Amino acid sequence: MGTPGCNTWMVYGNDFGTDQSLLDQVADAERALAEAAGRDTPRAALDMDEAASQAYFDAIVAAEQKIEPRDWMPEAYRKSLVRQIAQHAHSEIIGMQPEGNWISRAPSLKRKAILLAKVQDEAGHGLYLYAAAETLGISRDELVDMLLDGRQKYSSIFNYPTLTWADVGAIGWLVDGAAIVNQVPLCRCSYGPYARAMIRICKEESFHQRQGYEILHTLAHGTPEQHAMAQDSVDRWWYPSLAMFGPPDSDSTHSEQSMAWKIKRFSNDDLRQRFVDMCVQQAGVLGLTIPDPDLRWNEERGAYDYTQPDYDELMQVIKGNGPCNRARMANRRAAHAEGAWVREAAEAHAGKQRDLEPVS
Amino acid sequence: MSGGDSQLWEVFVRPRRGLSHVHVGSLHAPDAQVALHHARDVYTRRQEGVSIWVVPAAAISASSPDEKDAFFDPAADKVYRHPTFYHVPEGAGHL
Repeated sequence: MGTPGCNTWMVYGNDFGTDQSLLDQVADAERALAEAAGRDTPRAALDMDEAASQAYFDAIVAAEQKIEPRDWMPEAYRKSLVRQIAQHAHSEIIGMQPEGNWISRAPSLKRKAILLAKVQDEAGHGLYLYAAAETLGISRDELVDMLLDGRQKYSSIFNYPTLTWADVGAIGWLVDGAAIVNQVPLCRCSYGPYARAMIRICKEESFHQRQGYEILHTLAHGTPEQHAMAQDSVDRWWYPSLAMFGPPDSDSTHSEQSMAWKIKRFSNDDLRQRFVDMCVQQAGVLGLTIPDPDLRWNEERGAYDYTQPDYDELMQVIKGNGPCNRARMANRRAAHAEGAWVREAAEAHAGKQRDLEPVS
Repeated sequence: MSGGDSQLWEVFVRPRRGLSHVHVGSLHAPDAQVALHHARDVYTRRQEGVSIWVVPAAAISASSPDEKDAFFDPAADKVYRHPTFYHVPEGAGHL
């Protein structure tokens, strides 16, 4: 069975080898997508009533094919996807803030250029995802409004502060690492536009995780003060990163239906376990310690036993009471309001150009 | 808030010389010039393309997936359009 630090076989099944890199897994998902496009699920009839449409939808999902924007889909499936994709998009946009905080103070020009590129990627990821959500019949303005007035959430992790430069490393390694573990299975999501956006995003996330890991590795092998700074950041980001996988399966409200629809492929607890098993070995290479005295290999389970994150804290942060919730939202609202004149000017300019066009 | 959704554009990128433009996604922009700039920033940050087309989404007419079968039906019974339909006599080369 599995060896320490490697239980991907549990989570990804036989089509994922045990030592596959992230990029291999994404490439596999991309191949699976192309293969699925080669299959066809015949329709029962041209004119289908609701029951027949539902049966056709179920057959497509069961055949591992993709549901596309103009297909019939259950209203609850559409709603669930809008909620999940929008929350994901909002997370990318808000996620620019904790790291953006360090652009002006990056320790070298190289690190600054890399961080700028990474933060720009986050904006790009947000846009891919907004575009995927819009294919479900919701407008960009509605999505932005729902973030700004708090009707939709973003990942709770971005409500924690980046206190030191090492935090930029810890975000890349742990936060992006946890996001990747969550997102690689989403490359196989039953909704085509979401699956395609995730493939694109995962390919780019690989750079994010590696740049963070390199920052921590450099610090951990630097002066004693730098090592201590790296360890402190891992101490602060470890449990919030574990909480990114959401509440335990026993309390997860959306999971079961999402699994049936093949939006989600693995439970919160399965993904969290995979993340822990992955990190233990990586922390060893860094020469840093995971802040969990009860972390140990369990021969019987073929996985590490670990301490659960504080889910009461997670609920508090989701409710808006994390260390940075108010600052993040205030910044987002201010940025949106301050950009209004640019959007209006661009619209006005476009309108004038249209008026000037010669009538042909 | 933002004062109305600006126009939706579909983005097509030619990855390399010799390949055709392929649809990569969509974005909002007030006009074609801004749409091209946004498309460059959103879809070609890693040298994914050598040429970009942006097309107003409203200008695209699409066949309906619900009428897919009827629409494409005329092609279904014309197997003689494929070269494999024909029997090539023994000994005939270069066919």
